[in-house]
Amino acid sequence: MNDALDVAVRLLIVFGVFLVLPLVVGQTEHKVMAHMQGRLGPMYAGGFHGWAQLVADGVKFAQKEDVVPKDADRRIFQLAPAVALLPYLLVLVAIPIGPSEGAVGQVVDAGIFFVLAVMGVGVLGSLMAGWASANKFSLLGGLRTAAQLLAYELPMLLAAASVAMAAGTVSLPGILNAFEWWWLPWQIIGALVFFVAGLAELQRPPFDMPVADSEIIFGAYTEYTGLRFALFLLAEYAGIVVLCGLTTVLFLGGWHGPFGADGLGWVWTLLKTAVLAFVVIWLRVSYPRLREDQLQKLAWTTLVPLALAQIALTGIVKVAIQ
Amino acid sequence: MPPIPGSGLAKGLAVTLRTMTRKTVTAQYPDVQPELPPRTRGVIGLFEENCTVCMLCARECPDWCIYIDSHKETVPPAAPGGRERSRNVLDRFAIDFSLCMYCGICIEVCPFDALFWSPEFEYAETDIHELTHERDKLREWMWTVPEPPALDPHAEEPKEIAAARKAVEKAAAQAAAEAQAAAQAQAQGEAQEDQQ
Repeated sequence: MNDALDVAVRLLIVFGVFLVLPLVVGQTEHKVMAHMQGRLGPMYAGGFHGWAQLVADGVKFAQKEDVVPKDADRRIFQLAPAVALLPYLLVLVAIPIGPSEGAVGQVVDAGIFFVLAVMGVGVLGSLMAGWASANKFSLLGGLRTAAQLLAYELPMLLAAASVAMAAGTVSLPGILNAFEWWWLPWQIIGALVFFVAGLAELQRPPFDMPVADSEIIFGAYTEYTGLRFALFLLAEYAGIVVLCGLTTVLFLGGWHGPFGADGLGWVWTLLKTAVLAFVVIWLRVSYPRLREDQLQKLAWTTLVPLALAQIALTGIVKVAIQ
Repeated sequence: MPPIPGSGLAKGLAVTLRTMTRKTVTAQYPDVQPELPPRTRGVIGLFEENCTVCMLCARECPDWCIYIDSHKETVPPAAPGGRERSRNVLDRFAIDFSLCMYCGICIEVCPFDALFWSPEFEYAETDIHELTHERDKLREWMWTVPEPPALDPHAEEPKEIAAARKAVEKAAAQAAAEAQAAAQAQAQGEAQEDQQ
């Protein structure tokens, strides 16, 4: 009975975080992007500086008609948003935010494998949406998503493998337990590769070619309306939270901080995640979209070699310090 | 020296970050009134006490958007035995702001300073016919006409003041000349007395 209660409480907390953090990131994006462009952003919803803008958006989305195109593959079309969104919830369960036993939804032994594999599933949602919509723009968007996934999953995995090598474990809390501050400069290339590849996998600007509105309307999501469309958007922001959390855990030392590591570890994790999320928004505002060929070139000729070099470096240092 | 690779990327990030720390340019209009420059052309106000119904504004208006009606009244003689005078009395003065193109020619052309620019601009209507505003409304807008802006430093002084100053100077010079002449005459008289 106690175990069941414990599991239920943990899942509820993770679910709450899953619902709240993406909205916080989304609202931050509204405001940060606006101010970076010399605007104010939403100011009315909720009364104080538009804090409830995304709630208002959600209400609006919920009111809209749920349209499925006539020639669409109905079941797949309707399932796709869930496939896009749920993996991030599952990943969130496995990310530890503090050193104690209670600070992680569920300790998974092969944490990195689980997390990366499940994150890859999220992209499947876009693929399903693209194929099932019976729309040429959707299909093009879906195929671009697929190409992007192929190109960027590899450097992401290699960069994560480098950390696993350094720690000698694939468990996320295990990696953090083995973390030393000098891993930061040691794994910095891997961190950059992981972060950039993660951005590309989320199809965030500047890697948003699959949803390039000037070319293919909204890519795989062109035919979606109402709540299903909102779920895709939510998946994007949940993806940002998960990516930033993972980068924090793998490369930035998670709950380790210069001081106050004992009771306040989770604050460090959240702080680092928040800073990374800000960087994600910052990049979106600053850089123009990469062309499709530039996108592929960056992955294959830059990120993959860099990740391999990081693995070689990790191996050499690892052998040297033993 | 060739630019450092990636310096362009850093510059892009710096630009957005710098913009974020600066004040935004958004005008929160309905909540905060805009600060309009002097001589803003918002609406045309009528100072009807000055209007003599000369019709110059209506005739010069390129859009024919000014409507003026008047009638003639006879004023009894000011002094007994004098002649009766007749004058125009304004019955209707209306401007159709759906036609007006805010050229300001009517204001320029008015010889009696009866028309003025007001910065008031919130007079949108839901029906185009309601944009024809009558004299009472135009008179109300007169209260929103700001004082004329101060002259620039070292600007030429206004014509009226220059004329008044010249007149005063002229009078003073005349008075001084007369005083001098009188003094001279007196001095001569004394000298003649000495010689005798």
